[in-house]
Amino acid sequence: MQDVKNKVRQFLRDNLVMGGDVAIADGTSFMEAHILDSTGFIELITFVEETFGVAVDEEEMLPENFDSLANIDGYLARKRAAKPAA
Amino acid sequence: MNRDGIVAGGAGPSQLHANMLALDCEAEAGRIEKRMLEIVGREQRRRGVVIALSGGVDSSVCAALAARAFGAAKVFGLMLPERDSSPHSLLRATRVAGQFGIAHAVENIAPTLEALGCYRWRDEAIRAVFPQFGADWKSKIAIAGGSVGTFNYFKLVVQSPAGELHETRLPPRQYLQIVAATNFKQRVRKMVEYFHADRLNYAVIGTPNRLEYDQGFFVKNGDGAADLKPIAHLYKTQVYALARHLGIPDEICNAAPSTDTYSLQQGQDEFYFALTYDKMDVALWACNHGVPAEEVASFLRISEAQAAFVYKDIAAKRLATRYLHAKPSLVEPVPEIPA
Repeated sequence: MQDVKNKVRQFLRDNLVMGGDVAIADGTSFMEAHILDSTGFIELITFVEETFGVAVDEEEMLPENFDSLANIDGYLARKRAAKPAA
Repeated sequence: MNRDGIVAGGAGPSQLHANMLALDCEAEAGRIEKRMLEIVGREQRRRGVVIALSGGVDSSVCAALAARAFGAAKVFGLMLPERDSSPHSLLRATRVAGQFGIAHAVENIAPTLEALGCYRWRDEAIRAVFPQFGADWKSKIAIAGGSVGTFNYFKLVVQSPAGELHETRLPPRQYLQIVAATNFKQRVRKMVEYFHADRLNYAVIGTPNRLEYDQGFFVKNGDGAADLKPIAHLYKTQVYALARHLGIPDEICNAAPSTDTYSLQQGQDEFYFALTYDKMDVALWACNHGVPAEEVASFLRISEAQAAFVYKDIAAKRLATRYLHAKPSLVEPVPEIPA
C-alpha cells in the first residue's frame, strides 16, 4: 500500500536523513544508500511495530523484509495475511 | 574499490598465511618509543605522560613502551575502578605499574558516577524492559543478528541473584540510554586523566589497538580522547606479541579482551565485533589488503556468507563511527587555524 511506503518514507526523512538530499524510491536499498546504521535500523523496527501494530520477530529482521520501502510494504502485507482472523 | 570501501580481488591466496601479522617486536618497540619522545617532547611540549591502566593488554603495553621511552619517572599511571569493574583488573594494573616502576594512583570513580546519575539512568532503562531488575542483579548488552543474515540488533542480558539469565531485544530509547549512561565511565576516567596531565604538564596516552581505532570502538571524548595513541596502528594480535616481548605478565597476555564496563562479563566480540579478535584481525588485514572475502572464509574456516558479512560490517562500522574521529565541524573554515 502507498500509505505504508509514504509513512515510512516520511519517518526516514524526518529522523534519519535530516537535511540530506537523499531520494528514497520504493526500491532504494537503505543499506546501499547509507540511510540506516545499526541504531537507525532498530529505530525503524520500532517505528514499524508501533505505527502498523505488528510484532517483528528477530528472525524476520532480514534485508528482504526491511531494506527498502517496497520490502517493508511486502513484509507487512504478508504479516497481515498470515494473521489469523479474530 | 566498491561502494562499501572494500577493495576487491586485488590479491592472491598466498597473502593469507600464519605469519602475516608477525612483528619484529624489538624494532617496532624502538620505533614507537622514538616517535613517542618526538611527539610528546618536541611537538606537544609536555614533560611526560599520564596513562590509565585498565589491567588489559593494550594499556599495559602502552605503559611499558612509555616507561622505556621516557623513563619510569616521567610516566604517571592511574587505576580508575568503579562499581562494575572486575577486582582482577586492579590487581593486574597494579602489577604492571610495579613491574615497570611507574608511580600511580588509584581513584575509585564510583561516587562520581553515582553523583552524575550513571547507575540511576542505566537502571531506569533496564527496568523499562525488565521491571524485576534489582540492585543485586547484573546486566550487559550483547550484539545479535548480523552474522546469521539478519540486521544487527542489541539484546539486554540480565542475571538474577540466583543466577537465572533473561534476555530481550532492546528498543532504541532504552538501548541509547544504557549506552549513554555507561559512557559516563569512560568520560569521567578521561576527566581524571586530564586533571593529572594538567597538574604535571604531561600528555595523555590513549590505548586503542588498530581494531578498536579502525572500527570506532571507543567513546567520543571518553577513551577516544588523548594526545597520543601509540599502538593504534597495531593489530590486536601484534599487541599481544609486543606484550610478551616486553615481559607483560602472562595473566594479561593470556586474557581474552573484555570491556570491563558491564556488571556481567562481556567479551568485546559479543558487544561489538563480529568475530573474536584474532579472526577479526585477519579479516581486517585481509580487507585492508584487498583479499576477496571467499579467501578469508577459507583461511578462517567460516562460511563465505559470514566472511561477506564481516567485510560489510567492517565498512558499515567505519562509516557509522566516522563522526567519532572527527573534529567539531565548522560552518566555514577559519583559515588561520590549521584543520
